[in-house]
Amino acid sequence: MITLDALTKSYGPATVVDAVSLEIADAGVTSIIGPNGAGKSTLLSLASRILGADAGGVTADGVDVLNAPSRAVATILSILRQEHHTTARITVRELVEFGRFPHSHGRLTPECRAAVAEALAYCDLTDLAERPIHQLSGGQRQRAYVAMVLAQDTHYVLLDEPLNNLDMVHATALMRLLRRLADERGKSIVLVLHDVNYASAYSDRIIAMRDGAVIQDGPPSLVIAEDALEAVYGMRFRVHELDGDRVAAYYR
Amino acid sequence: MPPPDVSVDPVTQATGASRAAPAHRRLSRVTIVLTALSLVLAASVTLFLTWDVGGHWDFALPRRLEQVAALAVVGIAVAVSTVVFQTLTQNRILTPSIMGFDALYVLLATTLVFVLGSRGVAQIPDLAMFGLSTGLLVVGATLLYRWVLSDQSRGLYTLVLVGVIAGTLFSSFASFMFRVMNPNEFAVLMDELLASFNRLDTTVLGIAAVVLLAGSFAAFRMRHTLDVLSLGREKAIALGIDHRRTATRLLVIIALLVAVSTALVGPIVFLGLLVANLAYQLTRTHRHAVNLVAASLIAVAALTLGQALLEHVLDFNGTLGSIINLVGGVYFIALLVKEARS
Repeated sequence: MITLDALTKSYGPATVVDAVSLEIADAGVTSIIGPNGAGKSTLLSLASRILGADAGGVTADGVDVLNAPSRAVATILSILRQEHHTTARITVRELVEFGRFPHSHGRLTPECRAAVAEALAYCDLTDLAERPIHQLSGGQRQRAYVAMVLAQDTHYVLLDEPLNNLDMVHATALMRLLRRLADERGKSIVLVLHDVNYASAYSDRIIAMRDGAVIQDGPPSLVIAEDALEAVYGMRFRVHELDGDRVAAYYR
Repeated sequence: MPPPDVSVDPVTQATGASRAAPAHRRLSRVTIVLTALSLVLAASVTLFLTWDVGGHWDFALPRRLEQVAALAVVGIAVAVSTVVFQTLTQNRILTPSIMGFDALYVLLATTLVFVLGSRGVAQIPDLAMFGLSTGLLVVGATLLYRWVLSDQSRGLYTLVLVGVIAGTLFSSFASFMFRVMNPNEFAVLMDELLASFNRLDTTVLGIAAVVLLAGSFAAFRMRHTLDVLSLGREKAIALGIDHRRTATRLLVIIALLVAVSTALVGPIVFLGLLVANLAYQLTRTHRHAVNLVAASLIAVAALTLGQALLEHVLDFNGTLGSIINLVGGVYFIALLVKEARS
């Protein structure tokens, strides 16, 4: 279980994340939704020690995420953010092998190679394994970074807007893959999403944020509702039941 | 594990053949490049040692061997410090020299002479002076550049500007002190500082070699961490690297190596830029185990070959430093223009 305890972050007078406390379950898919500037990505960065918090604490399976040795944290919790800039010349396989660094410290064991091969296969990247990542399309590169996180093989996987730059084919494929990770391997996936309908279709739990605070928290049946969404986004939604999913319409 | 049933990607299907590219082909490229560079280095050193000796072996050889040793120390120090710095700062344009590390060393050494006076300096052995300047540089540069690099929102051009301004500021302070110094102290200072390729300061060669070995060894031991750092700060933290502590450690190594090269030959701004980028282009890998070695081989070969040509072909009409700065400066501008376009 991940426990966030009154996490707070301010930039000058603006409080971006305001004393957020949450508990994330041991398994399942948890989506964080909310308008731009609600503090979703900041919350994820704070919870994963990428960004220093002004106040508050985080524990994952009892480990103090913010103060424990970084390497110990990296074996139980992984984070993938959206910035994929590197000057280094790296192939897809080498990138995925980096995911084993917390376990191998740079020297790959046979176990590591197996994990890398499996992560590549899981993300349908085996055929692209020897390609340099700068030659890949945006969707392929995104999958390569996801494969790196899979190879890291942590119980908790945090993803910040993983569907950015993906068309619906690749977005749906990635969401199915995350769902399978939660169902087949009992992992706990936390992701920031902009598309409320992907959140609705794939999540066990949806957390809605606005102005740095959590204002809705529950299963899709509760959060994907007209009044609840209007409270989050300040705009009218129509919610329909379609083939067992709750689908929000907001185009008109 | 069942194969994924989704995400059928036309590009994936079309390039199924590229799967055959095996790891050993990349490895062999690395082997070829490193072997070729070693041969070039051996040839350069041989040329430097034997060109136009004129039968005076017992006079020429020890002197030239000492020069080769000094050039090797300088070359490796510049190469390793640049590669490490570029990985830490996530770019291939900035080097410790461009960011003003050398200028800071000169300023610190000048301040020491200024504060201690010529008598004070005369009482301190050369080795202690070197140790003192180096120690000050390690503390000063680590604190200063950790602060400069700590704000990740600063772009490349801000860093270039900070470096240019810091370098100019340090040099101006140093030349201000030259002006207000009395002539005795100035003479002492020139003796301490104005090392160049034609006037190698070999009194501290032994200790410099020891510092170089320690620094390079420490950098090489951190090669896997450096590999991960090339993915950027956030990914490095996500993969379990304590970024703050690692950055501090690397800055200490960089400062030590800059002190070594600056003490021996004075500031050489663009050598690191040239050898590091040449190494990346030749090896085409992100692995620091390879790039650190390749950049060092290139640097030492370039310095010995350049010095040999300068002494025998150009008859000392010009200094190696100015030639490096001419070539390197043009390359620096070319890199900046290329970066601005992409």
